[in-house]
Amino acid sequence: MIEFGTKVVAGVTPGKGGTMVEGVPVFDSVREAVHRRRANASIIFVPAPYAKDAAIEAIEGGLKLVVIITERIPFHDCLDVMPYARSRGCTVIGPNCPGLASPGQAKMGIMPNQLFKEGDAGVISRSGTLTYEIVNAMTEAGFGQTTCIGIGGDPIIGTSMVDALAMFEKDRKTKRIVVVGEIGGTAEEEAAEFIKRRVTKPVVAYVAGRTAPPGKRMGHAGAIIQGNRGTAESKVKAFAAAGVPVAEYPSEVPRLLGAA
Amino acid sequence: MKFLEYKAKEIFARYGIPIPRGAIASRPDGIVDPPLPCMVKAQVLVGGRGKAGGIKPAETLDEARSVAGQILGMDIHGYRVKEVYLEERLDIGRELYLSLTIDRSAREPLLMASAKGGIDIEEVPREQIYMEHIPAVVGIQPYVLRSLLKQLALPKEVGEQFASVVRNAYDLFRKEDAELVEINPLVGTKDGRVVAGDAKLVIDDSAEYRHAEYANLDQDRTPLEQEAHDKGITFIQLEGDIGVIANGAGLTMATLDILSLKGGRGGTFLDLGGTDDPAKVKQAFELLIKANPSVILLNIFGGITKADTVALGVKQALEEMHTKIPVVARIKGVNEAQAKEMLRSIGTYPAETVEEAAELAVKVKSGGA
Repeated sequence: MIEFGTKVVAGVTPGKGGTMVEGVPVFDSVREAVHRRRANASIIFVPAPYAKDAAIEAIEGGLKLVVIITERIPFHDCLDVMPYARSRGCTVIGPNCPGLASPGQAKMGIMPNQLFKEGDAGVISRSGTLTYEIVNAMTEAGFGQTTCIGIGGDPIIGTSMVDALAMFEKDRKTKRIVVVGEIGGTAEEEAAEFIKRRVTKPVVAYVAGRTAPPGKRMGHAGAIIQGNRGTAESKVKAFAAAGVPVAEYPSEVPRLLGAA
Repeated sequence: MKFLEYKAKEIFARYGIPIPRGAIASRPDGIVDPPLPCMVKAQVLVGGRGKAGGIKPAETLDEARSVAGQILGMDIHGYRVKEVYLEERLDIGRELYLSLTIDRSAREPLLMASAKGGIDIEEVPREQIYMEHIPAVVGIQPYVLRSLLKQLALPKEVGEQFASVVRNAYDLFRKEDAELVEINPLVGTKDGRVVAGDAKLVIDDSAEYRHAEYANLDQDRTPLEQEAHDKGITFIQLEGDIGVIANGAGLTMATLDILSLKGGRGGTFLDLGGTDDPAKVKQAFELLIKANPSVILLNIFGGITKADTVALGVKQALEEMHTKIPVVARIKGVNEAQAKEMLRSIGTYPAETVEEAAELAVKVKSGGA
């Protein structure tokens, strides 16, 4: 993150206050870090059983952007955290996500730095390594990125696909948008509806899990077809109805972006 | 975690939700004192058992044993019946519906109730279903119950009991980390009781660590999937014959999709996740080989987990296991060159892109490479 240009001003680990890591001071609590170092955003890596505590502490510490990388946080903990964050005006990204990166500016996440290149495409994804695959193909084809947001593979996430689309629509540097979805839930269908009504910029999509069997959780807690809900077919159809071209292969995304 | 009906009902009872009297049996001669007359109900982790002949009445002990004998061992939608639950036959006055689920879009629990129970809720007209989001931080407030009862227009005594079931079910939903609590039908008996006729309960797998008491429940997994689960590996057996292993859930799904577009069929979904620990990679390959694929398709995109360390794990695993199964490997990302060299040195088929790897896997399988 530091190499990417992020100003990492403090670390927080209870009991490790007063130590230094890579020249960054560590504090026992978020409040101290905010007070002493003026931190205004937080990235959380703590293990799942303690993630709710860490998230609430970050929100209460007055931070307005909190990225939660941790996977396998119980759903009910997220049911507590997300509405609370909203009530405090805090944007949560994740959990179970690779974070976000704005090439040339900053990164709060775990994506490999060398994939990115400054450009005018916004990327929204429910996945980690699949995002790397697609961003890498984009960069190789000359499509750089304004920001790449990994919104997370869980059912309950802080920033939805629609929230992220709204931000990219507003962002003046973003000229085109890539959405990487997958089976489970109805986020893609809602995104397609939103694109139809509110998004003026060209959007290209990819949907993973076309061959996934129903009733099985495909690695991500949120990637499950329940009954006839959450199928790739329904998502692809919704995007098509919104005029969004859907790539069959991840490597097709740059070509579709060129044509869009 | 899914629960069989009788297990779910045990938990319901703990939270004060009325359940019928019942007894569980895995053999006909294990049935001693069933609540007669009774219903003999197949215990399987799949819906639609009634229509499949998995629920039958019995009047006497002998009949209960003979009916249980018919149902035990039955195949219901691919699930073998290992246990039957013999339950007091309810004198049904009305059938109601109640469920609590998580609404992903609203990020809130969703309460659904209807005076039309006993059928699939999807078939009940929308205007006959009471739906209300319950913000987790405030829980069920009395006004919710008031408006629910008003819409359902139930007689007072039934309504009061219904409200109590809703409160208790919500309590269970939150405290047990449930993804789903569904009571369909919730039976109003002719003698004025409100009792859970059926019980569906799913508890969030991510919360397993908070509910150690459910760790050993029989789940909807193949023996290999169970072994993987016990080792903390994400592994799903599929219908095809090509063993797919990749890192990351999205990438693994995409690899399976691409394989299918190239005319192959995936036999496994194996997600290495963020691991590059050679011991873990080896465990994953052991599972994969036990699934007996015709070809293995490995797709790695290295990031924080570096490509060469994953490759090292793969190399060690394959060398130690002396497998004859051909491996097609596509590996990209951080330290890609070293990773490719390592995989080449052990005789894997190298590919540059996922598409190429998928094509190659199909070709190798049919002996064409």
